[in-house]
Amino acid sequence: MKILTLNFLTCARKACKPQATSFPLHPADSTLEIQESDLNIIFLQNILPRLDWPALISITTELGLPGLQAEPPEAEDLVVKEGGAKAEGEGMEVTEKSEESEKEASQLGKDLHRLLIETTIQEGKLMCACCGHEYAIKEGIANFLLPSHLV
Amino acid sequence: MEYVVRLAQVHESFRIPELKALASLANIDLEILTYSPDSPFCVIRLSSDEAARKLVSRSILTDSIYELWGSGTDYEALHADIHHRTQHRWPEYKTCSFKFKVLGYQHTLSQRAQVKVIESFDYLPFEGPIKMKNPEYDFGVLEHYVIRTKIPTIIYFGRFIADGGRNIYLPYDLKKRQYISTTSMDSELTFITANIAMAAPGKLLYDPFVGTGSLPIACSHFGAMTMGSDIDGRTVRGTKEKNITTNFDQYGLRPCLLDNFTSDLTNTPLRLTRFLDGIVCDPPYGVREGLRTLGKKDGTGLEVVYIDGVAAHLRPNYIHPKKSYSFDAMLEDVLDFAVLTLVDGGRLCMWMPTANEQGNEVDIPKHPSLQLEDVSTQAFNKWSRCLLTYSRLPDSEVVEVKTRTRPEILPGANADTLNSFRKRYFQGFRTPESTNGTRTP
Ligand SMILES: C[S@@+](CC[C@H](N)C(=O)[O-])C[C@H]1O[C@@H](n2cnc3c(N)ncnc32)[C@H](O)[C@@H]1O
Ligand SMILES: [Zn+2]
Repeated sequence: MKILTLNFLTCARKACKPQATSFPLHPADSTLEIQESDLNIIFLQNILPRLDWPALISITTELGLPGLQAEPPEAEDLVVKEGGAKAEGEGMEVTEKSEESEKEASQLGKDLHRLLIETTIQEGKLMCACCGHEYAIKEGIANFLLPSHLV
Repeated sequence: MEYVVRLAQVHESFRIPELKALASLANIDLEILTYSPDSPFCVIRLSSDEAARKLVSRSILTDSIYELWGSGTDYEALHADIHHRTQHRWPEYKTCSFKFKVLGYQHTLSQRAQVKVIESFDYLPFEGPIKMKNPEYDFGVLEHYVIRTKIPTIIYFGRFIADGGRNIYLPYDLKKRQYISTTSMDSELTFITANIAMAAPGKLLYDPFVGTGSLPIACSHFGAMTMGSDIDGRTVRGTKEKNITTNFDQYGLRPCLLDNFTSDLTNTPLRLTRFLDGIVCDPPYGVREGLRTLGKKDGTGLEVVYIDGVAAHLRPNYIHPKKSYSFDAMLEDVLDFAVLTLVDGGRLCMWMPTANEQGNEVDIPKHPSLQLEDVSTQAFNKWSRCLLTYSRLPDSEVVEVKTRTRPEILPGANADTLNSFRKRYFQGFRTPESTNGTRTP
């Protein structure tokens, strides 16, 4: 399960949903794994405004991952600024790019890609702070089915 | 400018919804001028050849598109129309290489007859070389015959612009897919669904009844990030060698797979916030999979069950109790979920079975915040199913207020009383006269 997905998940119990404490779910006993993936900056830019940034910060803290800036970035912060000075010493060769070519990711864009898309919880639990129920993650797949007394 | 689209003569009622969705996705102004379900030829208005290329490049149901030079119910009328529409442009083509081809629908002319047809265009002052391979301009004579007749009822003449996307889904044939089940959806239909759902790079789409992942795979082919879930944990996990993830790997689509997890749509763990660009799904019909949601059908199960001193639900192989659930209630849950999670303009594409023997109008689920865009039907022998497409209206455009009274599910109700479609299916849609078999969904 990717860290991005965690930002969209809460407790499956209808009774917990309206409670602020049901989100985010708290990871416990997590085995993390980096699964490298192609950088998809357009996707990150689109999804950024739909993220709950404070929840993302608290998850990264709980998992002991590198800290995030306190304020959510803007979509344009994920790419290298147009006309911005390029790092010196970089080759001058101009790569052929089509009109619609992807914009170059900024360091922040790359960091968020690593955190949201490439960092996964392979084994562990997700706990609801409202009802205490724990959802298991096995081989990267979480199970949100509720026992009948919680439905 | 006018263009004639040569459509595939299959899944007819999906063709216009697909073109409309692709136009909207590419920000193209599309005006349909003539269309008939019985004809592969559809005349449309577009701003440019560039728009025409963009429109059809990923259209599963488009064979090709031509700039319309003329049409007529016989050759005389056709030639007159060509003069009228294009005479002033003929000089532009004077020295270019070109070729002509004749394509018939429901009848193919012999080689000799084709040559005769082509000769009838000799008034066009084209003096460039005829090149069968890669000519600068490629002209098509498109004839439409009524089946088993030899005289076309309508003929179009046009300049070839581009091929459509008829071949895109071929590598995704279920026969060659590693992980499938009896409910996996045929790849052509999943690709059409992905187009109508406007799947594209940068977007996030979700399938709440993911099964073996056939719908998300099609959406990810078009560059969308996808996520899926299913109440059946075994389906979501598959086996070590064959599972939804290995399917994505098979097609090199792994970078577009966000996550899959086990969950019940009726008790979804997803936050009810507007984060999805699209929802694609083929909900359980209760025919093969059985329609279930968590909870026990006798209304018990409100207390923790312990086995060997450990709460049963915490034991490793706990089987979650599932109760049958009315199909209509499930569809309404999907709509409610879509309203809460789709972004403005986001689409819900949902398949729904409809027994067609009753002959009455399909009861289409509705929600004031969802605009019904299209209803496309696929008919089988004894039943049919349709793809319902909705788009999420911005709250400012919603007029009605939602009220719903859903009947409580009575303890002891079984799948048949809850789902008349399932019952009729198992009875083989028997009518007094017919008792022959049905095709399984
Ligand atoms: C028609 S199949 C969808 C098949 C899928 N399109 C595929 O490619 O395999 C319906 C699926 O819905 C699942 N299902 C049934 N009830 C459900 C529920 N309450 N919540 C989520 N999934 C459910 C079934 O396990 C089944 O896999
Ligand atoms: Zn909870």
